[in-house]
This record gives sequence, C-alpha cells and structure tokens, in this order.
Amino acid sequence: MKAAAFEYLKPADVAAAIAALAGAAGDAKPLGGGQSLGPMLNLRLARPKLLVDVSKLAAMRAIEDRGAAWRIGGAVTHATIEDARLAGCGVLSEVARDIAYRIIRNRGTIGGSLAHADPAADWPLALPALAASIFIAGPAGERQVPAEDFMTGAFATVLTEDEIVIAVEVPKLSANARWGYWKFCRKTGEFPEASAAVLLDPARKLARLWIGALNGAPQALTALAADVAQRGTLAATELAIGQALERAAPTLDYAGRRLHIAAVQRAVKKACD
Amino acid sequence: MSEEHGKPGQGIGARVPRKEDSRHLHGRGQYVSDMLLPGQMEVAFLRSPVAHGRIRGIRKPAGSEGRVFVREDLVEASDIASPSSLPTYKLSSQPPLAHGKVRFVGEPVVMCVARTRAEAEDLSELVELDIEELPVLVDADAARLEKSVRVHDEWDDNLFLTLSVDNDFETLSKKASVVVKRDVELSRQAMVPMEGKAVVAHWDERADMLVMYYSTQTPHIVRTGIAQFLGLDEGQVRIIAPDVGGGFGYKVIVHPEELAVAWLAMKYRKPFRWIEDRREHLVSGANARQHRYRLTAYADDKGRLLALDAEITIDGGAYSNWPFTIGLEPGQAISNLPGPYDFRGYRCTTYCVATNKPGFMPYRGVARTGVCFAMELLIDAIARAVDMDPYEVRMKNLVRPEQMPYDNVVKKHYDSGNYPGALALAREKFDADKWLARQKSGEADGRKIGIGFASYCEQSAHGTSVFASWGLPLVPGYDQAAVKLTPDGGLEVRVGVHSHGQGMETTFAQLANEILGIDVSKVKVTHGDTGTTPYSTGTYASRSIVMCGGATLKACQELLPRIVKIGAHLLKCSESEARFDKSLGVVAPDGRAVALKEVCTVWYLRPDRAPLDVDRRGLEVSVSYKPDRDTGAFSYASHAVAVAVDAGTGAVEILDYVVVEDCGTLVNPMVVEGQTIGGVAQGIGTALYEEIQYDANGQPNASTLADYLLPGPTEIPDMRIFHMETPSPYTMFGIKGMGEGGAIAPPAAIFNAVNDALKASGVEVRKTPLTPQRLLDEIERARKQTLADRQAA
Repeated sequence: MKAAAFEYLKPADVAAAIAALAGAAGDAKPLGGGQSLGPMLNLRLARPKLLVDVSKLAAMRAIEDRGAAWRIGGAVTHATIEDARLAGCGVLSEVARDIAYRIIRNRGTIGGSLAHADPAADWPLALPALAASIFIAGPAGERQVPAEDFMTGAFATVLTEDEIVIAVEVPKLSANARWGYWKFCRKTGEFPEASAAVLLDPARKLARLWIGALNGAPQALTALAADVAQRGTLAATELAIGQALERAAPTLDYAGRRLHIAAVQRAVKKACD
Repeated sequence: MSEEHGKPGQGIGARVPRKEDSRHLHGRGQYVSDMLLPGQMEVAFLRSPVAHGRIRGIRKPAGSEGRVFVREDLVEASDIASPSSLPTYKLSSQPPLAHGKVRFVGEPVVMCVARTRAEAEDLSELVELDIEELPVLVDADAARLEKSVRVHDEWDDNLFLTLSVDNDFETLSKKASVVVKRDVELSRQAMVPMEGKAVVAHWDERADMLVMYYSTQTPHIVRTGIAQFLGLDEGQVRIIAPDVGGGFGYKVIVHPEELAVAWLAMKYRKPFRWIEDRREHLVSGANARQHRYRLTAYADDKGRLLALDAEITIDGGAYSNWPFTIGLEPGQAISNLPGPYDFRGYRCTTYCVATNKPGFMPYRGVARTGVCFAMELLIDAIARAVDMDPYEVRMKNLVRPEQMPYDNVVKKHYDSGNYPGALALAREKFDADKWLARQKSGEADGRKIGIGFASYCEQSAHGTSVFASWGLPLVPGYDQAAVKLTPDGGLEVRVGVHSHGQGMETTFAQLANEILGIDVSKVKVTHGDTGTTPYSTGTYASRSIVMCGGATLKACQELLPRIVKIGAHLLKCSESEARFDKSLGVVAPDGRAVALKEVCTVWYLRPDRAPLDVDRRGLEVSVSYKPDRDTGAFSYASHAVAVAVDAGTGAVEILDYVVVEDCGTLVNPMVVEGQTIGGVAQGIGTALYEEIQYDANGQPNASTLADYLLPGPTEIPDMRIFHMETPSPYTMFGIKGMGEGGAIAPPAAIFNAVNDALKASGVEVRKTPLTPQRLLDEIERARKQTLADRQAA
C-alpha cells in the first residue's frame, strides 16, 4: 500500500501552480493537506504523475474580514478555522470543530475538502447552507461559483483539471440569524451517515435547509426550509421531511431515510430552540 | 475506575507498575518493522482479485528473473498441511502461493521483491494473472448443502468437519413446559492488531541458520513449522519475536506469506522483509467470529433450563491452519455452548463449512464470544417467555458454588468458583435498581434506557488432554522456565512464551519475587526467542501465567535449598536449622543472616568460600511444569451494562459498564484490569462496529479503516472492574488465566441491554454488529409486526 511514483512540485505562487497543472495535461493533482488524497495515493486509487502542493501558498492561507463576509483561503486548515474568532461566522468554527479528529484538522484544508467533494463531508454541506461563494483560479483567470452549484455529484465538482479552489467567501450572519447543524456519525471522527444544516436569517430573507451524506451531492429542501422559517419545528414533521426526501433523495433505503429524517429534525430543533 | 485491589510488596497480588511500559511509552519499543539489516529487500504480494477461480496462467514481466515468484518457483517449500485427528475432518493444504486455484479474495498468488516496498508493488502491477472465475461460495448455509461447486475439488462437499453431541436430550427435553426458539448470528471480523503480520528473514552463514524476526505469539511452534515446511533441521531455524504489537490469535500460526519470505532468505541468503499493511490485513485476514446458531431451549415454567438443542454453523473460509487447525473453533463452540449453566440435556451439531473467504482462525475468546452471545441471548429470551427478570433466570441456572468442582453436560470440569456470587456482585456494583428507576422515569431526550447482563466461564490454561481431544497435530505438554541467579544477586528468567501486552515481563518477575524476594527491577525476563529460551508452545488460550508462570515459580523454589546450603555454611550453622527469608536472605537460628547477593557472589566469584558439598547444579535451573490436572482452570465473570438507545437513529450509547471477574489468585490486579479493558474494547467492537460483509461475488466491502469501524477511546466507556479470588485447586498458587475473557461477554450484555430498552416495542436484535441500520430495520419490523398482531386480534 505505497503510492505509485510521482513528481512533487512546490510552486512559488498560485500562477505557477496553475501553470504546472495546466502543463500536465490532466496527469497532475493539487495537494492540500493530503488527508484524502494521501490515502488515495497509497491505495493507488489516485495515480497522478505530478503533485502540485498548494498547501503552503501564502495567498491561499489568509483569513480576511471583507465587511459583509469572511474570505477564507483555500489552504486554510480546519483547525485554523476551528480556532479562529470569526465575528458573524462563528458557525464556521462550530462546523470545523467536528470534522474528523484534531490531527486531521491540523492538516486538512477547506479548499481540499471542497475539491475532493466527499458527499458526507462537512464543508460541501455547510457552505451551500450558508450561501457561500467559492473562488476558483485557473488558466483563464478567476471565477466565482455559488457553493450550491460547486459540487455536481459524489467526488465531482465544477473544477477542471487545471483549476484550484483559492478561497471561499461566507456572508456574515445577521444578529438574529439561527443556525442548526446536526450529523449522525457511528463513532467520533467518522464521516456521517446523515447530516443536515439549517440557516434561518430573516433579516437577509434567507431560509435554507440542506442535507448531506447522500449518494450524490448535498441537496436543498427548499420548500421545507420556507415552511420551517414560518412555523419552526412544527413544520419539521416526519411526514413533511419524508416527502421532501422522496424528491431530494429518492434512492435512500429505509434506514437512510430514518437517519435523514432524524438529522433534519434535530438540525431544525437546534436552529429553533 | 476500579476499587483499589492489591497486596503490598512486589510479589503475587501486588499492583506493580509494568516494567515494559517505559520503552513503549518512550517510543523505544522494537518491532519487526524496526529491524533493518544490510541489503534488506522488500517483498510485496500480488493477491487474488477474485474469490474463486482457476489459475490458467501467470505471466511475469520481462526481465524480472529472481524478483517475481510463483508457487512452482518455491520448489523447496511444501504446502501448509494441517492434519487433525477429529472425526469427519477433511485434510486440506494451503500453498505458500496459490496453486491451481485461488480460493478467496486476497489470497497471495505472486511474490515480488524490490529495494523498496513501493517498487515491489510496482513490479506486482506488471504481472498478468489469467484466472478463470468459478462460482463463488459466500454463504455458509448454502455452501454446506452445495456439492458440485467445491472450495477443495478433492472433497465431495464443503464441510471441513461436523461434530455432534447428544447427552440425555430426548429424556430431559420432554420434561419441559416452555420451549423457546431463537436464531442468532455473528458477522465476520478481522482481528486488527495494531501491528499486522511482519517478518524479516535472513540466513546467518556463521551459524548456518535461517534467522527470522517474526511477529508471533508462538516462536517455538513457528520454528517447528518453518523447519518442517522448508525441509530444514530445527537446529537451522531461529525465530525471534521482538516486541509484538498485539496477537489475539492472529499470530499463533504459520501464515503462507511468512513461509514464502522464509524460503526467499533460505534460497538467496539475503535479508528479506515483508510487513503486512492494513489493507492486506482487512482483506486477507477477515477470519473470525462468523457463527450462526439455531437454538431451542427447553425449560420449566419457572425459567429453569432443562435441555438445549443447537445447530451451529461456522463459516470456516477456504483453508485450515497449522498447527491449531480449523477444528479448534467448532471444537470449542460445541463444548463451550453450555457455558456456566447447570443443565443436563444437550444436543448439538456443529458444521464447519468451507467458503471462499480467508480461513478461520482462533481470535481472542475462540468461539466463546459466539457461544456466550448465543447462550446469553437465549437466557433473556427464556426470561421473556416465562415473564421473569433475566437476572433471576440467570441466577436460577448458574452452577452453584457448592456444586464445585462441577462436571457439566459435556464433561467440562469446572474447578472452582462462585458463579452466582459474581452475578450478584455485578448487579450490586452496577446498581441495577438505579438504572431500572431511570428506565421507568424516562429520559429528557427521549432515549430508552436498558440494562443487560452476561455471564460466562472461560477455560484457561487447559493442557495436553484438552488439545489432544481437539485433534491438533501439535499438542502442548509441560512448559519450561529457566532461571539463573547472577553474581550480583539478580535473576534471569527465560521463558518460551511471548508477552505482547500481557505484561509478563512484570508478572513473571513478581512470581520470582514471591519466592526469592528479589526486587522486580533486578529480575530480567527474556521471552520469545527460540535461541535463548526453553521450549514452550507459546502464548495462547489464556495459559502463560499458569503454565510458564508455574514453571517459573517451581524453578525458583528449586533454587531455595541450594541457596540455603551455601548460606548455612557461611553462617556456620546446619542446613536444617537455617531458613530462607525473602528480605533477609539465609537466616541462622540466632537471627544472623547472609544476604542472597552474598550467596550468589560466593557461588560465582568466591567458590573458595563455598561448602565442599555445595550443590553442584549451581544457581541456575530449568524446570518444567503443568498443573496437576490439565483440564483447565476456569475463570469466570459477569458483565453488566446500561445503554441508552436512540430509536430515531439506532444509536447505542454505553452509559455504564461493570465487570466482576474471578481469575483465581491475582498476580497483578492492574495487569488483570488492563487485560480486561482491552478485551472489553474488542467485545464492544464485535457488538457495535466491526464487520466485513461480502457481496455475491465474494468481494469484501471493507479494505480500509474508513469502512471497517473499530471502537476508539470515545466509544469505550470508563468501565468499572471488580475482583473475586477463588484459587484453582489445580495450579501453582491457585492462579488462573484470564487473557481472553474481556472479549467474550460484551456483545451478549450489550444486545441484552438494547433488547431490554426496546422490549415494549417488541424489538429483539440478534445479529452482530448492531449497526444503526440493523437496529432501525428491526424497530420497523417490530412496529409492523405489532400492527399486524393487533389487526389479527
């Protein structure tokens, strides 16, 4: 279980990283904290000829207050977010705190997690729920994608092979905004079997309810979210959630449906209590 | 955590801190992976990608001569044949590399050698396997009945063996007024020691000897096996087991990869190393626990068990093993199912079935985790059938202390103990009434509280007659210990067992201290090296402290008269007047004393001061020992657990876990507690987490720890352990073995607790591990059943 041979490049800046990726004709992979790519290399499930290490690029390691939003560099680790004091975005620290174990959070990065796009991972669920944006750099320059459009399926995103996630921007929550995040893990640190995130921010006219740990990308339960905004926990009945799941995640088996119902109810309860 | 239990001093019963901890805690342990020999080459195995197939051809890459090996290349190595004298047992052999057929996913087929492991794996990717896929046998029940598709073509079916017993079943079952039927099942597991298999093999030209650093529990057995399978003299093989990162039974046999690497070293006279990685372990080491039980209990209306009818099916996988054979598991299952209970009617048939999975091996608890799970779930089911408290039904049926020694329905000889006493103490320490009150009042978060008990007895330190009855090709006899006083008054103890977590470097020093009074820091225990230790079959079956420990005690005792003789001479008194005192040394009638150290100095350095008729055998001795009666010293325990069950998610949280155990005279209560904690952790893994499933093609669904869940620190409760001490009448100082026990009861206790929590809704879970999915499905099944019952009514 050792990786196949590869070249390792530590580029000077983002432009050099993009150039290296573009020059490898699909045979290169950007390396963040390596917490997913590392095992995949060792299992030889990933066999790039070139690894472009973007984890040390200064431009991608900053956390900036942009007034209405926080901008977090793609190479910022979960642990850094966990320990940060992000006024208006404290929920990011809450989400970060429950990602895997601290030793993984010490290395794993927000950009890497998004690019890897595990359907059960936390950022691919939390960021759409928070109406975040994702900033992508590639040979043609930078582009911005709403977090909800970023992930296209299990381990699939809008990224092309020569693009990297350089930052995410998360709008600050209003003072009276409510947030609920709940996931069910069989044991501490494992990927969840079901997860849900709820944002109720009336000042910004936002009511968002997302579920994760599905076969594909996280899904929005839009109508249910609107109902929850109106009626709170009363809206989150088993029946209503079950019906929403029929549309959003029709392939769940019985236990999967039960677990997602529980996740939604408990996330809603956290947001509304 | 536990009530402080321990005697003062450093002898038997003292909580002496473990001597071996310093090197482990400082990261200075030395494992096989730490061994680096000049010019060492790395080995990787190409493994079968299919569960069952005929090998049509293997194409080696061009220019790979001397680096890529198939079975035919290993001319000098024979297949690992594992004969057994058990009736109906069919002989099978496992080749070091697959030959003719592949029989499970992960079976080693080609061996590749390179400077680094990565390059060896690169090389293995260039090998082309041409395998014609054959129909796959995945389910043991189906494989048992299948005749045309066979794992071993030379057999006429897929049965390794079938064992049957019938003692007074017909007569006693007829007296029953209550009949309770249950099916229970355990899933397939891997043992997952932190360190997997590991070998470094080289040829020592000067000694004309194959030397292997080998992660094993049984170096002397392995030596015999390697010599036998390579056609070497035993004198040409030395096995050194350095620090070993967990055994659990995985390391009591000769594995094909180890034999293949030994062959490389013998053939090429260079060092070769192979370290099993986690993926290899999970795929090719999924070899434990998978039993299925069909049980019928016959009881009276007061919950008294009269007779038991059982059919046990063990999914044996593809191969038997050497030397324990696959017969060990069914042999233990059929003979241990009756457990700690007093009933006299028993009928059982046990099938051990060949399937296209890795060959079954003895995992900590060997079959007893399964039989305890089956029996204890059945006891609770009887309790529900007669509407009694499961605790009371257990109490009513446990062998009572006044019946000891007790020969049970299969003539197991329970030597001593107070089984109901342990259960009662568990209930008291656990404060069952508190939990029942909490269960009644309900939880604020809506979770359901349940409590569960499980009792078992554990045959430990069983010897010659027992292993011979299981048909093994190699049977343990007397164990030996060599002890030697050093000129400065220290002691060397050399034993052929191996300590890999059992703390024997400490406990054996305590045994020596008990006799000779030497400070444990001056007692050096050497183990696990065939070049420096006397013969022992090794560490397994909860035996080392009784067997090699007994030999150590006896050896120290044999030194005493020799010491006294020299001491009396120095004190100028007669030998018969002098006595040995552990702190003073040899003492004269008038109180004058000469220290043990001085006696040692005289024998080694100043023999001019020794008596003329000094005992010329000196201050070293090798002594062999086995207990007076070798049918085993039975440890036993009762476990009690409280759980909170979340019916919305199927999550089970353990709120309290109590163990009351009796392993006879405690040598070191802290070590016993450590062993218990580790065992319970593994039992919790069996109960709630660990499982490798196979699809219809025999492909395992777990090959990394992302898919194979192990309990971690946050899943293991702060368990509370309490001791009882009933010395065995048959062993030195009444010591019993206890290494496996912790892993036996947890699945039973936890399932009983979950079933208790959800009993109002008719839920009864009976298959390990209890995943949220399984529990949610069962809750739904019970809901539909209740609905249907209501409609029918």
